[in-house]
Amino acid sequence: MQAASIPTFHEVAGDAFVIASIIKVLVVFVVVLVIVAMLTLMERKVSAWMQDRLGPNRVGPGGLLQPAADGLKNILKEETNPAEANRVFFTLAPMLSITPAMITFAVIPFASPLPTRWGVVPMILADLPVGILFLLAFSSLGVYGIVIAGWASFNKYALLGGLRAGAQMISYEIALGLSLMSVFMVAGNVSLSEIVWKQQQMHMWFAVPLAVSFFFFWISCFAETNRLPFDLPEAESELVTGYHTEYSAMKFSMFFIAEYAHVLTVSMLMATLFLGGWDIPVWQGDNMLGVANGAWIGHAPHVWITLLTFLAFCAKTFFFILVFMLVRWTVPRFRYDQVMDLGWKIMLPAALFAVVVTAATVLALDSFAVEYGWKWAVGLSAVNLPMLAGVIWVMDKGHTLTGSGAPDEKRRVAREHARARAQTRRMAVPANPTVPR
Amino acid sequence: MSINVKVMKRPAGKSSYVRATLKGMALTFRHMARSAGDRSELTIQYPDQKKELSPRWRGTHVMEKHDDGRPKCVACGLCPTICPANCIKLVPGEDDQGNRYPIVYEIDEFRCIFCGMCQEVCPVEAIHVGNHYENAEYTRHNFVYDLDRLMAQTHPATLLWDPSDPAGE
Repeated sequence: MQAASIPTFHEVAGDAFVIASIIKVLVVFVVVLVIVAMLTLMERKVSAWMQDRLGPNRVGPGGLLQPAADGLKNILKEETNPAEANRVFFTLAPMLSITPAMITFAVIPFASPLPTRWGVVPMILADLPVGILFLLAFSSLGVYGIVIAGWASFNKYALLGGLRAGAQMISYEIALGLSLMSVFMVAGNVSLSEIVWKQQQMHMWFAVPLAVSFFFFWISCFAETNRLPFDLPEAESELVTGYHTEYSAMKFSMFFIAEYAHVLTVSMLMATLFLGGWDIPVWQGDNMLGVANGAWIGHAPHVWITLLTFLAFCAKTFFFILVFMLVRWTVPRFRYDQVMDLGWKIMLPAALFAVVVTAATVLALDSFAVEYGWKWAVGLSAVNLPMLAGVIWVMDKGHTLTGSGAPDEKRRVAREHARARAQTRRMAVPANPTVPR
Repeated sequence: MSINVKVMKRPAGKSSYVRATLKGMALTFRHMARSAGDRSELTIQYPDQKKELSPRWRGTHVMEKHDDGRPKCVACGLCPTICPANCIKLVPGEDDQGNRYPIVYEIDEFRCIFCGMCQEVCPVEAIHVGNHYENAEYTRHNFVYDLDRLMAQTHPATLLWDPSDPAGE
């Protein structure tokens, strides 16, 4: 560590801490809300471009003010409440769904610590020692909003949507948790700042050495956010729009905001856990953790480093958001049984297996006293990359996700059926009728 | 999986979900990269840009008029007779010199099917269908164009199909 050669830094404390926290909360909350609003526009623009359309371009330059117009419309619209709905829970559900989605930003570090005159301000709202557990707990709470919305609407489609959301959440939360366990084992910590620090120390982001976990985490995140190809709780073609069928105006809008806030959260989370958070690739000058045991760990903080790391974090998050949108407008929805198959028959056993193998690798690296750093990364990658290839091979082989019946096969089956029917009626049928291929 | 659904054995190249997904995503990404920044040229920005109409486009009617402002119509009654949608109302009149003229001439553009037979049948080339299509109104009776309104239309009249020059050359 370079701690000895640089002047010691102390974190903000006392009144300065309170003021810094208040400013951070306000700024982050506003920025997040604005980004979420812009995400709705981005989704519409991206989908339009993919389909060679233009998307909204009437309000403001390039349609930039469209979210504002939408928000205004949603606030002014009439709210309809179904007569048979449970009024209390019907009103509560959107709030229950949006609150956890908004709270989870608190524990994600979005830049390197910022030095100020009053001390170093960590660029994270609350650096909880149990960071990721807090995050998991709250993102799981989001499903209560959906289930309650489905139940309170007194609508069978909404109820089905709520049920599906519950089942899906349970199925994929397991794979999500299991894939996180590998990260915890390597990082030896659940605080997100520490996980970023550990990735910097390894000189490689966890995406490669923990490739299998990354893959499963990514898939689970699609399921957790209820986005295509896992949007069964909404499923427009089957369930109208699922749990928010009966919702209108701002209540509907709150579900919408919650969904995008969720997308933003998991994108930030994936960037933090597997792509090094705010770490700038290659450059080592940004490796810093903060104050621990009265001493500063890592390089000296600087305003420019904070700014650059923030940009790096934004770029990584944006990448994941873009992939979310790409997938949504490319991949069709799974059948319900396929979702359950993928969750329980492939992801759960494979994630368990991956955890065991990773644990064994970590143990081996530890017992051979390998120094934590790039050697660790190579060792883990050597185990994880073949494992990822194996997982993808299994998923490709299994017909869980494939459809059934090519046209010529269908024809052959139909012919067999006809022959069987004819034989029961003791009728002669040509053994091999000519069928145009 | 329920019974009677036959799962086919196909080569991995055909049944691979991962490969198909990646292929699809590459396709959508290509399209996105191509038209990002609203560069797609497939969309006509309708109220701002308008598609050029064919000279044979049959739209809103036009009544031709003489230089002194009288309609060219001689109230012969052919157009209400030929009209398949029965949307032309004509009340003929006659002045002191024995010239016939329309007292009432109304076309219900809402009922009109824009077949152009009124233009074809007109012996004095008075009534025309025209190169114009934006005729939205707030009420149904606003669609009934009277003689003054028909004469006030400024858009070009439709070019009739010429049997001796079928390709329009």
